[in-house]
Amino acid sequence: MSTHATTFGVPHRKMAMWVFIGSECMFFGSLIATYLSYKGKSVVGPTPAEILNIPLTSVSTFVLLMSSLAMVLALDAVQRDDTRQAKIWIGGVIVLGGIFLAGQVYEFSHFYHEGLTLQQNLFGSTFFVLTGFHGAHVTVGVIWMATLLVMAFRGRLGPERSLDVEVAGLYWHFVDVVWIVIFTVVYLIQ
Amino acid sequence: MNEIAEHHSGAHASRSTYWLVALILAIITLLEVAVFYIPFLRTVIAPILLVLSATKFALVAMFFMHLRYDRPILTAILSTGLVVAAAIILALMLLFGALRLMAPA
Repeated sequence: MSTHATTFGVPHRKMAMWVFIGSECMFFGSLIATYLSYKGKSVVGPTPAEILNIPLTSVSTFVLLMSSLAMVLALDAVQRDDTRQAKIWIGGVIVLGGIFLAGQVYEFSHFYHEGLTLQQNLFGSTFFVLTGFHGAHVTVGVIWMATLLVMAFRGRLGPERSLDVEVAGLYWHFVDVVWIVIFTVVYLIQ
Repeated sequence: MNEIAEHHSGAHASRSTYWLVALILAIITLLEVAVFYIPFLRTVIAPILLVLSATKFALVAMFFMHLRYDRPILTAILSTGLVVAAAIILALMLLFGALRLMAPA
């Protein structure tokens, strides 16, 4: 089934991933809407201005953007049957995704020690739910990339499997664009 | 060549284009952070940052997600999701009076 195209001339799995991404837009849209609706309505601190670390998050944002570059270069390498480059770039996505997640773990634990928890105030509730769900998506993406890397090391990631990498890439890029919005809406527009 | 292989032989951006897009994304991110720290831009920070963010979003979608080179139906699927998401955000903010709170005094 997966090797056939839909009536739109797009492979089924790719079409399914795009429909999933469309639904994810609504999912994250709802979380962002909730964050914005409760913005500035916390009756106790800490507030975003008091606690958000812009330099750290800017670096995380840059890291995630560069992971998207590594992802397209991995797809390009798979399509050219360049297994060595494919391994390097998929490994790069995993490392950069891991750095982003490590930054988020550090940020969350720092906030916890500063008194911001899920129950502390409306900012804490909406912030942790929104960024936590995004982090969970990144985690799934890193695991997905790890499976692709294992396939590459087993010699099972040739051009005939490029659709697998493209679909995984679409998911990864979507996670990246969601963060682009979160970085602006949550961190920069305070 | 099977159907999928044929599909993937279609035009995608070159590697140099990918690097260029990544450079532009990095520069825009730097600009965003700079705008955040410039005091006299405080009153117009939201529209500036939203435009920069939308530009980054569009660049990733067009080049990294290949929407520029792919079938229009895929752009339509993403756009539908984005329009519904935007409607949800606006509706909830209006409902909770959040837009009034965000307006400059």
